[in-house]
Amino acid sequence: MSQRSPLSEVKKGHITTLLAKGKRSDGRSFGELRPVSIIEGAIETAEGSARMKLGNTEVVVGIKMAVGEPFADTPNKGVLTTNVELIPMAFEEFESGPPSPMAIELSRVVDRGIRESQMIDLEALCITPEKEVWVLYVDVYALDYDGNLFDASSIAAVAALRNTMVPAKRFGKGEDFHLPLRSTPISCTTVKIGDYLVVDPTLEEEEVSSARLTVATDENGDLRAMQKGGSGFFTFEEVKKSIEMSVEAGRAIRGKI
Amino acid sequence: MSMDLPEGMKLIDENGKRLDGRNADELRPIRIEAGVLRRADGSAYVEMGKNKILAAVYGPRECHPRHLQDPTRAIVQCHYNMLSFSVDDRKRPGPDRRSVEISKIVGEALEYSIFLEQFPRTSIDVYIAVLQANAGTRCAGLTAASVAVADAGIPMRDLIPACAAGKVADTIVLDLNKEEDNFGDADLPLAYIPRTGEVLLLQMDGHLTQAEFNRAIELAKGGCSQIYAVQQDALRRKYSIAAGENGGKEEEARGNVA
Repeated sequence: MSQRSPLSEVKKGHITTLLAKGKRSDGRSFGELRPVSIIEGAIETAEGSARMKLGNTEVVVGIKMAVGEPFADTPNKGVLTTNVELIPMAFEEFESGPPSPMAIELSRVVDRGIRESQMIDLEALCITPEKEVWVLYVDVYALDYDGNLFDASSIAAVAALRNTMVPAKRFGKGEDFHLPLRSTPISCTTVKIGDYLVVDPTLEEEEVSSARLTVATDENGDLRAMQKGGSGFFTFEEVKKSIEMSVEAGRAIRGKI
Repeated sequence: MSMDLPEGMKLIDENGKRLDGRNADELRPIRIEAGVLRRADGSAYVEMGKNKILAAVYGPRECHPRHLQDPTRAIVQCHYNMLSFSVDDRKRPGPDRRSVEISKIVGEALEYSIFLEQFPRTSIDVYIAVLQANAGTRCAGLTAASVAVADAGIPMRDLIPACAAGKVADTIVLDLNKEEDNFGDADLPLAYIPRTGEVLLLQMDGHLTQAEFNRAIELAKGGCSQIYAVQQDALRRKYSIAAGENGGKEEEARGNVA
């Protein structure tokens, strides 16, 4: 978020002093994620869902599907639409109204992690080429914000997709079936504070960080999507280190969904 | 309210039981948790049948937009929001006319319950998120929001419980579920404070005789009284400390001072 707060310089001093001693303000190691809890399939009105806590950050993701028209350039593929809503419930600085640049970047990063990993077999979501395909809405809502919505949103979205049933019966298209999936991308974010890199930043850490790198990896540890954010820079060494940390932390998450 | 009943569907069976097995005067199972979110000043989660609803409160805090500020008291800004996947056909995110109306009447009910004059020029912002909807979300939303206001530590006259009664297959019933709401004959959401008898939210649509209306009000009042007890219990569970533990700590603290 912004660094408008006059406290943030003090906070930054405190956090970097701790980092120099190899510590984080919540006691984690630099590569350690906060505790993760995921409740899958809790929303019965959704085709798939997940409510996820990453430390004190909480999101809920619901998947809805409908029959619609394909895009002209992909006549035999289903349509994937990803949206992240930063509702004011989650944080005093989130406002209702049109999506903020932050919400749009988040939506696009979550979307890219799913789309570019080819997690969903979109061709299997074609009903009649050029006429009818399944349209898949991935809707993410932030409920409680304490940093790193990138990972909470994308991991919860992946978890929700994994328990999604295509509602074919409701649309008169035969029997319901599991959403055809091919891989499980896991996104993991590191931020740079001073010269230090830490994964899964809290809000406090995000506020004093200069740059952010989100990396989505698949089960082979291959890279599937990336996004650098923030007005600071990374050296190439730091980029490599971030990727290593993301792959490592991603492995820890993979067992939980 | 006026949809045609699907072939073979019986809203009330020969034993007087409803589709979900309830008697006419029975609430759906209800569960309330207070203080479920960290960032908000107060919060609550309500499950009422298949409704799943979160409420969060921020404030009293600086009032935005500024022109709404009242130099004599706080204002309540309530936002009722149905998440896109809370209903069968995806709802487009963002407010529509229905949610604006619900926000207004729920906010007004909350306004009455809060000692607004203690916080001039501020805003108390209430956010209701419907995660899963199954009829009666405005009532469950208000029930949740009222607990969230209490959880925020905002001085208030009382908690506000809310629930609906209605008419289904010629029977007056309490707390309509989705099928009963869709195919029933009348719906009457009510919020009132059992301790004082003050009615804070009342709507009705459909068709009721005056006698039926009176019966429906009696049922809804009974429902509110039960919900009121569940609201109080949620706050007690959140904030009470075992007597022994509390006593011990207090004594210890006093001892330190002495």
